[in-house]
Formats: sequence, structure tokens, C-alpha cells
Amino acid sequence: MRRNAMLAGLLALALVAPAVSAATQPEPCNTPECTSNAAFADTHEFMLRNGMKVIVKEDHRAPVVVQQVWYKVGSSYEHGGITGISHVLEHMMFKGTSRFPNGTFSEIIAEQGGRENAFTSRDYTAYYQVLAADRLEIAMRLEADRMRNLLMKEDDFQRERAVVQEERRLRTEDNPSALTYERFQATAYLNSPYGDPVIGWMEDLESLTLDDLKAWYRRWYAPNNATLVVVGDVDPDEVLHLARRYYGRIEAGEVEPPKPRPEVPQHGERRITVKAPAELPYVLLGYKVPVVMTAEEAWEPYALEVLAGILDGGSSARLSRNLVREREIVASAGAGYNAAARLQGLLMLDGTPAPGHDRAEVEKALREEVEKLRTRPVTAEELERVKAQVVAQEIYQRDSIQHQAMTLGALETVGLGWRLAADYAERIRAVTPEQVQAVAQKYLIADHLTVAHLDPQPIDPANPPSNFQGHLR
Amino acid sequence: MMLRFVILLLALVVLPAQAAPEIQHWETDNGLRVYFVPAPELDMVDIRLVFDAGSARDGEQPGIAQMTNALLDSGAGSWDADTIAERFESVGAQFGAGALRDMAWVSLRSLTDPEWFEPAFSTFIKVVEAPRFPARDFKRARKQAFVALRQQAQDPGEIASKAFYEALYGDHPYASPTIGTEESLKALQRDDLVAFHQRYYVARNGVLALVGNLDRLQAEALAERIAAGLPTGEAAPDLPPVPELTEGRTITIPFPSEQAHVFMGQPGMQRGDDDYFALYFGNHVLGGSGFTSRLMKEVRVKRGLSYSVYSYFLPMAENGPFLMGLQTRTDQAGEAVDVARETIAGFVAEGPTRDEYRASLANITGGFPLRVASNSDIVQYLSMIGFYGLPLDYLDRFNARVEAVSLEDIKDAFQRRVDTERMITVIVGGPEAG
Repeated sequence: MRRNAMLAGLLALALVAPAVSAATQPEPCNTPECTSNAAFADTHEFMLRNGMKVIVKEDHRAPVVVQQVWYKVGSSYEHGGITGISHVLEHMMFKGTSRFPNGTFSEIIAEQGGRENAFTSRDYTAYYQVLAADRLEIAMRLEADRMRNLLMKEDDFQRERAVVQEERRLRTEDNPSALTYERFQATAYLNSPYGDPVIGWMEDLESLTLDDLKAWYRRWYAPNNATLVVVGDVDPDEVLHLARRYYGRIEAGEVEPPKPRPEVPQHGERRITVKAPAELPYVLLGYKVPVVMTAEEAWEPYALEVLAGILDGGSSARLSRNLVREREIVASAGAGYNAAARLQGLLMLDGTPAPGHDRAEVEKALREEVEKLRTRPVTAEELERVKAQVVAQEIYQRDSIQHQAMTLGALETVGLGWRLAADYAERIRAVTPEQVQAVAQKYLIADHLTVAHLDPQPIDPANPPSNFQGHLR
Repeated sequence: MMLRFVILLLALVVLPAQAAPEIQHWETDNGLRVYFVPAPELDMVDIRLVFDAGSARDGEQPGIAQMTNALLDSGAGSWDADTIAERFESVGAQFGAGALRDMAWVSLRSLTDPEWFEPAFSTFIKVVEAPRFPARDFKRARKQAFVALRQQAQDPGEIASKAFYEALYGDHPYASPTIGTEESLKALQRDDLVAFHQRYYVARNGVLALVGNLDRLQAEALAERIAAGLPTGEAAPDLPPVPELTEGRTITIPFPSEQAHVFMGQPGMQRGDDDYFALYFGNHVLGGSGFTSRLMKEVRVKRGLSYSVYSYFLPMAENGPFLMGLQTRTDQAGEAVDVARETIAGFVAEGPTRDEYRASLANITGGFPLRVASNSDIVQYLSMIGFYGLPLDYLDRFNARVEAVSLEDIKDAFQRRVDTERMITVIVGGPEAG
């Protein structure tokens, strides 16, 4: 389950279903300062008069560019009754304006040789195009046009709502571990909007109206609630010039921030069982933990990142080594944490039992690994391994303009600021074994734990589960 | 519409200068074919070693190709799985392995600074040259394969894919279920994997792709070290040709899901096929171009029937499949299948429209720089070019080959090669025949 540091827990829903240095090379860039500075050198920030922030990072390796527009709205801005609305709006953004009617956006980008998509997560909605570097302008013109001029018609909405319901069936209804994960999130969070699925509850999708969407669009889609990120073979001043021409013309809106809605303190372990047609049992654990945005002690989220890496940073990490290979209790197990979320989050662990073992054993084994982190400091070797991976990853990610753009856009949009990316490796390197133990002792406690078990039911086509509600005929 | 016309015109006039990477190629003394592209801007290297050792080589032992590949890093020389994993990960290196039907590979992504690179690379060499297939890891891998089978059995999309390949390929090696079956896995012995590895993971059966901050001499030295760990061996024999389907068939598999998963298709084309560019181009219009494809417009945009609908040719050593895929609420399966079939049949009968032709041409050729923008993309292209014996100028000539395909060529190729009357249709989902 381990996801890339800084983008872990993305839960993105996309619109459509990875010696030898030659003598003439510069010094290898392996100190944190050098790595981070090199990785985020050539990054420029501008602000348009209407409040839209523009971030441009130069990467001249290939004649390509990615444009991303990130809106500060996602499922964590929603509330019961309209869950899933941000994602449906993302779908509707492709349905046309008066200038570029339905389908034209995609046709023009395609004719320009571009690839495009969009994604919605808890904390943001983003739209992107990847094109040859000299085609950026048309992408800007189109993207700026749909920021305020979306038409949204009833018949398009009806069809697109049906599409999103199919997407939900594909991702959740028919996927027992995803279904378990969804119910788990709803149990772990009592009042935080992280308890609602990004795609929305099916019942809320059923009752969504076009008026709801129009109001949501007017409320959140404004230049002062958006960030433009451009990475590639570009000149920052030219990008700024284009941004002013297309985005700069758009009037700022009145955007009130969402209600804070911090999760209420947890006063005891929570447990659920999900019964669904499945072959394999599955276990999920989640402990309430701070993130960079909420932490009282600045170092704690980085210690949690390291902790997650100790558990599941690859095949040499503890879950693979101890539970898969040594004890052979699990067929697979993982751990994950997203330090860069907007709201308080979870340190999560999951596992699927190996043949001859059951979910109770899996839960027990995962909790034992947590207990080890509380009772003994991690070794220097483990810490060094996690740090080496972070250093190397900073260089690897420069092989992808999209990866670089995602890092900048995500950090900026949750309110951390893109510059944190340059500090990240240094903060990870500063984490000590004592700090990892300290966060384990402080946060990984049973009273702050939620547990979900998938209890597999027979896969019997003649006996569908009760949540079908007559969809089968 | 004026604006759109102007933009299209500009796209046709201002053709960007395409710089495809220059590919260097040689063979080591023992016959390992090497493909290299220097990429000095980042202090990293991508290494991909590919063998003709995919599940098409399973023979009477379904699952052996994948299991052999999965166990390579479980023990090599005097190192066990823990040590091997530590040696890679303590220097931030990323080891990978995988097997499909034609290819099986091992890969390494590493920094090029010697302090980081040498531990990673020496471990990689050892895994390639002396995997031990320890008994305990083998037994565990077998159990994990049983779990993978059960995972497949709870996923209607996986069930559909498996049924599709089996129906399409019958007795042909491409039908072999890549994970294996309960029976074949039970019968498998550790010594079988050793024998499989000895036969197929050899220099004459392999291709090495290198992209990164190396010069030619350094690349040659790396290639020599890898090749030195491999016996010369022999290339795997050619696969038999894939028989055409004689009739259409629909297979329905009930499953308690909300959606029906549908695959519809037939044997398609191979790498290096004479019709490759015409079929590729035509498929782009039909179902390969995302939002703007015909299938997307008919099934999703007009009717809201599916979130994901697409078609593709999967060119392999022998004819890989041509297929259409979609998922829809079970009570809509019949309608969705009809719409998809009519859309494909209509495309075969009429070919693309002039507008569709021009739009796809612009997208494919204008999008060329995106294909080769990253080291990761390039190393995969090198692997493919090397494995299938494509010419070194494949990337240089790609756009020209696409531009040389006329609208009539597309229509002609589809009419000769695609027949909706003789397709396998698999529908998984719903309580009874869909």
C-alpha cells in the first residue's frame, strides 16, 4: 500500500478509466541541500493581480510541457447530501462553454498532439494537458475559458451522472477491498469530511441536481482559488506573459474558506466488519495522526513519514521482511501515511492473510509491528535506508515533468506552499530513531485506532448482496 | 468554428522538429543484444534486461514463467531475499521484475554516483547470473500464486480477461494462464524453475536496454558485466502462428457484481506487421484516443453507459489481440454490447471520416515528443525495439510512417483484418446470461 512520500493517499479519480559518473560531469548531487536545491532550482513564482498564483519550473530535457490548473476544492470541502459534487463538476468541465462547445476542448487538445485528463481528490481538483512545448498557448486559452464560462446543460449532466455512477460501481461496489476501505474511512472519521468518499455516496449522486453543480462551480472556481503550474521546456517570463493574457483577465471571486471541521478526539478503539462477496479476507488499521498542516511539533509528521517507510518502504522494510517472508502470515501487507494532507489524517496498515492464516492473525501481527516501534528505537541502518531512498527519489522524479508538477501543485493547494518540497529531504534526514519511537508512543495507541475486517461471503451470482437494490434484472 | 479551423491549419503547417533519441546498438561476444541512449542531464541510469521468457513459454506448466521471474530476487549467490532487498534499497535503487506473455524482464533504476551505483549494480548482476530459487521462498511463492488466483476470482474484470484470452487462443501458447492454475501450481517443482531459468535467461535469448548518464565506454562495460553472468545459450524458438477465428462466440459468466465487464475481440496483429501503421492509426480513431474516439462518443458521451470504453491492438511476437473493453450496469450489458459492436462494424465498413483522419493524424504526429520525453519512456522503447527486432530508426521514422497511411489504407486494412462477425465476446456479471 505504501505510496510515494508527499503524494501518498492521493485517492485521485481521473476523468478517463518508472558507478560510474564520467569525469566531465559535475559533482554528484547527494547532499540534501544540493539535491533539494537542484531539484527545485529553476522554479519561479508569480502572482497575478486577480490573486491567481503561477508556478513555473524549467525542465529543458525534452521539448514538452505540462500545464496544470489546481482548484482549492475537493471532497473535503463537501458535506452530507452533496458528497461527490466536486468530482462530478470535474466531469462537467469537459462539457463546453459558449466559445468552445461540448467536446471541442478535447478535440483541440488532441489535434495539438496533447494528452489531457483531470483528477479530484479530497483536497483538490486539478486539470492538466501535456503537449509539445510550443503548444502551451492554446491550452491556456482553453483552460482559462472554462474557469468561469462553463455552460452545464441538463441532458449532459444526466448522462455524466450516469457515467460517474458506473465509475463508482467499477471502483467500489464491485471491489470488496475498496468497499471495505470506504466503510473504514467513514468509521475512522466521525465528523471530519475525510470520512466521505471522493466519488460520493451513491445515494448523494442520485439526488444531485444541476443547480447544485452550478452553485458549487460559482463558489469555488475563481482565479484567486486556483494555482497554475507549468513545468517543461519553457521560458518563465513568456509563461507569465501568457498567463496574464488569458488568466489575468478573469475577475477574482469572493471565496470563503470552508468550515474547519477538525475531527473530534477519539476516545476508544473502533471496529467494523464488512461482509461482501469475495475470496480473500482483508484487514485495515488506521491510527489518528497529525499532518504538516495540523502538527503542533513541526518534526512529528516527518518522523511519521520515516515510520511508514520503516514499515513499508520496499522489500527490505519490516512488513515484507517480518510478515511476508519470516513469519509467512500475510500474502501481502502495507503501510501508508500522507504528511501533505490538508486535514488530520491516519497512519494506515493493511494486510491479506497467507493461506492457512486468518484475519485475526493478520491484525495481531500488524499490531505487534506497531508495538515494536513503540518499545524499541529503529536501527540506524533502517533510518539510513529510508533517507537514501528519499535522496534518490528526488533525482528520479526529475525524469517526469508530470511528477514534478504534481508535487508543486499539491503542496501549494493544500496550503503548505510549494517551497516545502525543497526542504523535504532535509527534514527527513533530521529525523532520529528517538523521534520515530516518540511518535509511535504518542499516536499509535489502541484508543486512537480504527480496525476494519472484510469478511468474505460466497461469490454466488444467484444470491447477490442486499445492497443491489434491484439493479440486477 | 473559425477559431478551430485556424488552429487546425496551424497544426498542419507548423510541424515541430522531431528529435528522436539516437539509438546505439551492439552485441556482446556471447550474443546479448544491447541498445543504448545516453541521457547526461540527470545523474541516474535505467537498465532493463528482457528475455523471451514470458508465459508463452509455459508449455505444459502454466505459471512457470511468472513464478521463475518472481523468484529471481529471493536468493542469489550467498545472499538471501532480505540481503538482496537491503542492498538495493540502502542506496535508493529500484529493482523490478515482471513477466507477460512474450517478455520477462528485470530492471534497475539507480543513481550513477559510484558509491550508490556499485552496490546496486553488483547485486543486480548476482540476481541475473546466480539466482538460487531457495526451497522456502519457492513454497511461499506458490502460496502467493494461490492467493493471486483467488484475487482474480473475486474480480469480474480479471475473470473476463482470462476467459477472453483462453477463448481467443485455444491451444496456442498465448492462452496459457499467466498465474497458472491450482493443478499446475501444485505440480510445479523447484527444479522446474531452475531448468526454465537455465533455458531462457541466456544471452542469445536476451536484450539489454540502457538509458542514463553514461558514455559509450561505460555502457559497454556495464553490458559486458551483465553478459558475463549469462550463459550463451540459444534463442527461444519461434512461436506458432495464431489461427484465425472461424466463427463468432459469446461467453457469459454470471457474477454477483453491479457491473458487467465486457471484452470483445479477435487475434489482431504482430510487431513489424505490414499493416501495423494502418491498423494503429485506424484504432486511434475507433477507440485509442480517449475522449475523442468513436467508441467513447457512442458508448459514454452519447449514452452514459460506461465510464471506461476503449479499443486497442496489442502487437506481440505473433498476433496479439485486438479488443474492445467496457463496463456497465448489468441490466445495460446487452445494449452496450450492441452499441459497441455496431460502432466497430460501422468503422470497418466506412473507415474514418476525413475529419477523424486529420484529427488523429495531428494527434499522433504532434504528440510524438511526449513518447520520448523521459528516460523511463525511452528505456521501454529500446526494450521493445530490441526484443521485436525493429529497425534502429523506428522512432525516427515513426511520424513519416503514420503520415504515409491514407484514409483508404485504413479502411482497406480494417476490412481485411477485422471482422465483427467472427469475434469472441465475453460478458462477466449479472445473475444469468447477459
